[in-house]
Amino acid sequence: MATEHIVVNCTINGESQTFLANERDSLLEALRDRIGLTGAKEGCNNGNCGACCVNMDGRIVNSCLVMAGECEGSEIRTVEGLAMGDQLTPLQNAFLEQAALQCGICTPGFLVAAEALLEQNPDPSEHEIRYWLAGNLCRCTGYDKIIKAVQQAAGQSVV
Amino acid sequence: MVTAQSQPQSKETEQYNVIGTRPIRHDGVDKVTGAAQYGADLNLPGMLAGRVLRSPHAHARIVSIDTSKAEALDGVKAVITNADFPRAADAEIDTGEGTANLRWVLDNVIASDKVLYKGHAIAAVAATDHHIAEDALELIEVEYEVLSPVLDVRDAMVDGSPLLHDSLHTRELDGSTSDNASNTASHLQFTKGDIEEGFAEADVVIEREFETSMAHQGYIEPHNGTAYWRADGTLDVWTSTQGAFVVRDSVAPLLQLSPSQVKVTPMEIGGGFGGKIPVYLEPLAALLSQKTGRPVKLTMNREEVLLATGPTSGTYMRVRMGAKNDGTITAGEVHLAFEAGAYPGSPVGAGAMCSLAPYDIPNQKIDGYDVVVNKPKTAAYRAPGAPQAEFATESVLNELAEQLGHDPLEMRLKNASVEGNTTAAGMPFGVIGNVECMTAAQESPHWQSELEGPNRGRGVAQGFWFNIGFESSAYAQVNGDGTVPLVLGSTDIGGTRASIAMQLAETLGISSDDVHPHVVDTNSVGYTQVTGGSRTTFAGGWAAYECAMDIRKQMEQRAAQIWECDADDVAYGDDAIVRGPADEDGNERQFSFKELAGQLATSGGHIVGRADVNKTSSGPAFATHIVDVEVDPDTGKVDILRYTAVQDAGTAIHPAYVEGQMQGGVAQGVGMALNEEYFYDDSGDLKNASLLDYRMPTALDLPMIEPIIVEVPNPGHPYGVRGVGEVPIVPPAPAVRAAIANAIGVHMTELPMSPRAILDATVLDES
Repeated sequence: MATEHIVVNCTINGESQTFLANERDSLLEALRDRIGLTGAKEGCNNGNCGACCVNMDGRIVNSCLVMAGECEGSEIRTVEGLAMGDQLTPLQNAFLEQAALQCGICTPGFLVAAEALLEQNPDPSEHEIRYWLAGNLCRCTGYDKIIKAVQQAAGQSVV
Repeated sequence: MVTAQSQPQSKETEQYNVIGTRPIRHDGVDKVTGAAQYGADLNLPGMLAGRVLRSPHAHARIVSIDTSKAEALDGVKAVITNADFPRAADAEIDTGEGTANLRWVLDNVIASDKVLYKGHAIAAVAATDHHIAEDALELIEVEYEVLSPVLDVRDAMVDGSPLLHDSLHTRELDGSTSDNASNTASHLQFTKGDIEEGFAEADVVIEREFETSMAHQGYIEPHNGTAYWRADGTLDVWTSTQGAFVVRDSVAPLLQLSPSQVKVTPMEIGGGFGGKIPVYLEPLAALLSQKTGRPVKLTMNREEVLLATGPTSGTYMRVRMGAKNDGTITAGEVHLAFEAGAYPGSPVGAGAMCSLAPYDIPNQKIDGYDVVVNKPKTAAYRAPGAPQAEFATESVLNELAEQLGHDPLEMRLKNASVEGNTTAAGMPFGVIGNVECMTAAQESPHWQSELEGPNRGRGVAQGFWFNIGFESSAYAQVNGDGTVPLVLGSTDIGGTRASIAMQLAETLGISSDDVHPHVVDTNSVGYTQVTGGSRTTFAGGWAAYECAMDIRKQMEQRAAQIWECDADDVAYGDDAIVRGPADEDGNERQFSFKELAGQLATSGGHIVGRADVNKTSSGPAFATHIVDVEVDPDTGKVDILRYTAVQDAGTAIHPAYVEGQMQGGVAQGVGMALNEEYFYDDSGDLKNASLLDYRMPTALDLPMIEPIIVEVPNPGHPYGVRGVGEVPIVPPAPAVRAAIANAIGVHMTELPMSPRAILDATVLDES
């Protein structure tokens, strides 16, 4: 049960980072416990809830399923890296204006996942949004207002 | 701060400036940028990480626990078991939504002589790293004497069934207790009229039996608890809880501390739905901190959440209802047997009180049984007990309407409870919106539309929940620039900072953006009950109203002092202008709120308003839901095609968050209706303890949920508020059941109505 530590070099939210991780750390644990970025949340630790979603080299991943050691040389973007200073993204603003969060624990994962959707598909249908976000669980909202926030950020009219 | 006002105010709230608008919530930016600090996000200098060892058995006697190897592991700082806790007093404590015996509270936190469910905590470890703590758990040696588990409520009630607690005797209605030990903790009964006479008057009588599975609240944030036991004997606790004062008043007696020695700071909370009222980890973190002298953070993983924290009861229910040919219901008889889990305290009482409440039925008999089984101790879950009980009663009512050939909404209207009626439990109704919800549903585009296509059906159901009030506290100071920090004790689980701040702003006549609400620790605000029961916007808003009235009065006095006139001649208007008598030259004297705020410091000092309320009144809430489904006859899968939720909110303070509560309640109710179940094998092993296998609705499983807010203001609240959170989880299951029956002609008798259950029922039906 001896614990080995490893040095990891990667870019997180545009800044190059070098950190020491336990070899058993997931990326989620490294972000939260080693680097102090607690925006990504642990909801299930086995890839079923999406609360820990981060963008890794252009793909959204459940950071609980990625080992920290796998991140050598990667570019990682977390919820903390979405806004530019106090300038929120259109999606973040839409989440606020549509009341798309209640407790807010799933919000970081939804934002990271939905930003990736809008990059790939700037004008998604309701079904495409629901399909894309089916890996992110929200227990508070019933999803309505989250879907509407994504529609608003895509420039669609929202009733 | 941006203000989005996507929809006009309703006519009920036009009289208000702030209430009925949709401002951005005050804590919103923190929650979309990852800055908000939830319980597990806390990181303190020198902090240790903890993990809990849990029972692999559903029912076993603990013969011995040997922690020596774990303690010897490098990096392990402390290991505790039940034996390390002071002996708990045989006393009842307030647990937020009821009371519980302190000994059982401690035994549920960490098992003493027996483990009573798979996942029951046995030992806890603190180590320098959570990986080491996990390794240490594997080194703890526990010897068990495995006992037969009792897993079903009916089995548990049979004489001769294995007993969970040798000391538990059935408490009867008259206060007497049974001679023999039993798994049935208590029996309650409500009656009205003469039940047999009622059935004799009926032209049609229908009786049905139902079984429902345990279901979990399913909050996305697992439980956590961090504690630091300082050298001076005081204890700091940080946790994601619905009630910081409940945590304080549970932790203090468990550790034989005075409440004054314990400070609980409620962190942001990632959902609760009732399940984050009990303490689980906080007492363990506290004791580990005492032993190590360092802060200790404990977190659960998802499996632990599902195994060992509060699901709602599985049930066996029987309902008999009789009606005349014209649709008048003459009698309703309800038998409810609820699984409490390992310790007494299921929500059967609330379920019993709600079961027939939407209807004025002259003859009623309602029996409820609270029964322990070898499953986790149940916790409150959104309208606790009502979704199960009203699933049974609404389902039988729908079948009565079908058999008699009546429209289900018309039949409900014919029998609806109205002002002046009293329920079987003796609860008198004041002004309620029961009929208004049914009428709004009838007039909705959904009900007016045609549903076509094979295997499609439509269902409707009504729901009721009491809502509660009780203690809330609000303190607010007036800053020199006219902004108002507002201090609250209510955890904000879904927008209550905003809904309470808006009521303060409305009363003061200022913008809600000028109010800055803060949720603070138990030493920094007056006693405040849990965020739950649909009480927070009701009682918290009432406290905010009284707090604002206190500020208004003090500002009148200050203006009088400045103007050197009698305070009785000064009036604070609803437009936030303080007006006084004309001066000697006949000029009108007035201050705007901001002008007077700017003079406070130099005219005698700052002003603090405060209010502590304890409201035993409530604003009963009703809801009517309509659902269209399509059933796949080959797989048994049910798709929700369209959903409309009608609900009386009293007054919708922040309509977007009212809609959100309605939509979220529907999603949870649909999950309970179609998929969510606790699947145990015969040994009491939970086979689906993950979010892959405990199947909650995803975005792809649901359509848009159309909310229709009805506003029948509650005359028992300054702004007419009723609670909104609980009732929307009540109607989905019976509405979906009715829609399935309408689609394929099969009346389901269990929850969830999963593909397996539907296929079982349809295959049985064909054979």
